[in-house]
Amino acid sequence: MDGYIIGTIIKAILILAIISALAGFGTYLERKVLAFMQRRLGPMHVGPYGLLQILADGIKLFTKEDFIPSHANRLIFMIAPAITAATAFIALAAVPLLPEFTIFGVKVRPIVADLNIGILFVLGMMAAGLYGPLLAGLAQHNKWGLLGAARTAVQFLSYEVVTGLAILAPIMMVGSLSLIDFNNYQTGGIGSWLIWKQPLAFILFMIAGYAETNRTPFDLLEHEAEVVSGYATEYSGMRWGMFFIGEYTNMITIGFLASLVFLGGFNPWGFIPGGLAIILKVSFLFFLMLWIRAAWPHVRPDQLMWLCWKVLMPLAVINVTLTGLVMMV
Amino acid sequence: MSLEQFKNRNVGTQNYVMLDLGKEPANNWEKFKQVVRRSVKLELFTGLKVTFREMIKALFMGEMHTVKYPFEKLPIAPRYRAIHEMKRLLESGHYRCIGCGLCEKICIANCIRMDTRYDENQRKEVSEYTINFGRCIFCGYCAEVCPELAIVHGGRYEVSSEQRASFALFEDMLTPIDKLTEQKEYPGFGAVSPDADKKIKKTPLAY
Repeated sequence: MDGYIIGTIIKAILILAIISALAGFGTYLERKVLAFMQRRLGPMHVGPYGLLQILADGIKLFTKEDFIPSHANRLIFMIAPAITAATAFIALAAVPLLPEFTIFGVKVRPIVADLNIGILFVLGMMAAGLYGPLLAGLAQHNKWGLLGAARTAVQFLSYEVVTGLAILAPIMMVGSLSLIDFNNYQTGGIGSWLIWKQPLAFILFMIAGYAETNRTPFDLLEHEAEVVSGYATEYSGMRWGMFFIGEYTNMITIGFLASLVFLGGFNPWGFIPGGLAIILKVSFLFFLMLWIRAAWPHVRPDQLMWLCWKVLMPLAVINVTLTGLVMMV
Repeated sequence: MSLEQFKNRNVGTQNYVMLDLGKEPANNWEKFKQVVRRSVKLELFTGLKVTFREMIKALFMGEMHTVKYPFEKLPIAPRYRAIHEMKRLLESGHYRCIGCGLCEKICIANCIRMDTRYDENQRKEVSEYTINFGRCIFCGYCAEVCPELAIVHGGRYEVSSEQRASFALFEDMLTPIDKLTEQKEYPGFGAVSPDADKKIKKTPLAY
């Protein structure tokens, strides 16, 4: 029992350290990929190929003044970024990151808590992440922040519906909410991936995932051209950095969820071992997010709502109904 | 080409190409069909293709646009008008300026100040010559008016300094005496045209 507690603590600390470092590295990757797609060089001067740019940015963010606007609600203003970062990391707790492996004779399962309602927990935690931008926007006494907060509520709440309905069809097929069961359902090679049985659900889940991680084409929460910086207008320094770490962690979580549920998870993929396979899949999904940001314009809020309630939600409901009918027959 | 098309100030009436936007959807059924058509045509993937192609071009085919400025510089036009240069005579190495004061006179920004005196050979000597580059608008009149091609514009455009006087003195602008062989003529305003020799005619002696 003691070993279990110590192991869990070690795993939690390791995941926190590695994923937050990866989230920082993600900002570097994003800047580089966007630069290449616009035929620029991106960060080049700090370290070889600008690799140490993250470090320089980190030093800058840490040493900046911790500024709180005069009429802001101090407590909520200070707590809000922590909510975003914390919920993002808590959501990762129920995600199996790699297949089981043995190290020093100890069998390690790279999942902090193997919940039997894993996917529900992850989606619920990411939904709770909505309080970060919402409270931040409301607390900062700034009209752009308020608009950002309103958009947060509208966008995140609406797309929760689509995420839930889209992932309901795979859940019905697998018959479990545990992400490990999802993974074990797709052991039979590339043909058994759920994306082939549920292509529509995959597309809907990806669209909703982009909306929930606040990525282009749905980055309405902090779109510069419209609401300055939205909910993050008054934030600076490390509090602003925590929003970013939360956003990038959410991107990684969505990548893991999509890989586990639809793309075969960490099953060995031909000659590629399972651990590498899932890292490749998540890397590609992460790259896809950057690629789409470079390629596509973002949508208007009314188009966003139209897309959610008049297109995606009916499609998701139809998908669930059809899946149910096929399973019954 | 006539000037007619440049004199036409009705901007917006010329050279418009109307795109074929198709028909506006009239009723809900047509709107629905349009949505489905646009969704299924996968036009969004064309956008993805274009950005990916640009990335491949930039990374592997040497079409990166960035100029790493302090290390790389773009070539400037030969007639570019940056900080002035004072030229020397190639034979004697003496500065060309004869102290006529035309540049001071024509300067519309009033930024040139010069003072002259007679030296021991009863020749005009420039005792003081400064250009206030805080006021200079780099119009090029001084170079154009100079009868001796003594003051011209150079290509030095990086002109931030801690003092206003940094570029402004006659000695700073004058070609260094040891670099005399590298002195190049300025091809811009007031310069001798490449075919100047052909244009020269003998002055008739008899009236």
